[in-house]
Amino acid sequence: MARMSAERRHRVRFMLNGEAIDRVCEPRMLLADFIRHEIGATGTHVGCEHGVCGACTVNIDGWPARACLTLTLQVEGCEVRTVEKLADKDGRLGVLQSAFRRHHALQCGFCTAGILMSLDALFARHANADETEIRDVLAGHLCRCTGYAPIVKAALEAGAELKGEINREAIDV
Amino acid sequence: MKPAAFDYVRAESLDEALDVLRHEGGNARILAGGQSLMPMLNMRLAKPRVLIVIMRLEELRKIEVRQGKVVIAASVRQAELLEWPLLGRELKLLSLALPWTGHVQTRSRGTICGSIAHADPSAEIPMTLLALDGTIVLRSARMRRRIAARDFFLGMMATDRRDDEMIEAVEFPAGCNGRCAFREVARRHGDFAIVACAAVATARGVRLAVGGVSDVPVAREFESPESNALDDALNAFAWDLDARDDLHATARYRRDLVRIIGRELIMEVTGWHA
Repeated sequence: MARMSAERRHRVRFMLNGEAIDRVCEPRMLLADFIRHEIGATGTHVGCEHGVCGACTVNIDGWPARACLTLTLQVEGCEVRTVEKLADKDGRLGVLQSAFRRHHALQCGFCTAGILMSLDALFARHANADETEIRDVLAGHLCRCTGYAPIVKAALEAGAELKGEINREAIDV
Repeated sequence: MKPAAFDYVRAESLDEALDVLRHEGGNARILAGGQSLMPMLNMRLAKPRVLIVIMRLEELRKIEVRQGKVVIAASVRQAELLEWPLLGRELKLLSLALPWTGHVQTRSRGTICGSIAHADPSAEIPMTLLALDGTIVLRSARMRRRIAARDFFLGMMATDRRDDEMIEAVEFPAGCNGRCAFREVARRHGDFAIVACAAVATARGVRLAVGGVSDVPVAREFESPESNALDDALNAFAWDLDARDDLHATARYRRDLVRIIGRELIMEVTGWHA
């Protein structure tokens, strides 16, 4: 049994976007704060901090999850994927991101990273996800700008492109 | 909003977890998926001195069909139960209710037993356990005891669990509930229910369970297919739930929903044409 004291920092190891993380943190450190403040990857946003808004959604072992409702020590040995992984190494937007840009599926952009990660996980698990499934996933996110319609359109187009049904040129950041 | 400091215990076995519970009692909380407990910690509504993490215990990660019951252990996530191939056959009511339980992004980590331990009055899973007349298996270092869902929920987020106990598993009666129905009204799909209802056919009629209205989920049996009698009984049930006004809905609206949805579900399950 490992008992990790509240007053000390403890070793934590996991994979973040394909890179091995080996750091220390207090038991109460939330994954959202660890990613942002310890790693410096600020693409993941923090909104409500109690699991309602969805802004902090990341993928843990292929499942979308709230980084504000996950302790960093809980992802020991896990694969975590965040919005930073969606663009390629040259900074070109990924398929989902490009579709969001084309369809104006964001305005202020605060909710966007979380929504992208939920859709990323959805299409990875269900390549043929239809509008109903997309809307079901979006129900776990709050967007106060768009009214969701352009997000649904972008997701449907990205889904088709990911399946190879259509082909679009990548967009530079 | 950050949690107060706590010790983090990664249990390697159920016995270890129970041993820490025995020593720490009410100062310790079990952390499973964390989708109810973590918001409580973030808002500092709960400030346990110790968190006992059980999600890596393989012995608690199983769904079994045993003696007419589906036994779901403490580390089974809601998403895992939704993907269980036998769900539609053995536990149809859960296949209807789980898509309404939180969102994809919370079901991915939240557990079945955790929702029951949390005992939110508007939560779907405790309500379905009550509708099916299920049982909770509590475990401490000293003993194991089983308690019916109708005796377990005592008030808003209050249960019969003692400080040194944890929920080891819950038991849903299997198969027999092919005839069941579920409906919910919420502001947004996956949000807390304003009213959630489940109906299950029984030997003498139908059992209707309601969540989101009282401090605890409540169930009642209805036996008369005669239209006026059923309406009267549903009306009495709606009033007995002691609904309150809140930000989301008035007490009157909640009573209306219980009468209307209750009637629809009872018809659907029994085939009565009242």
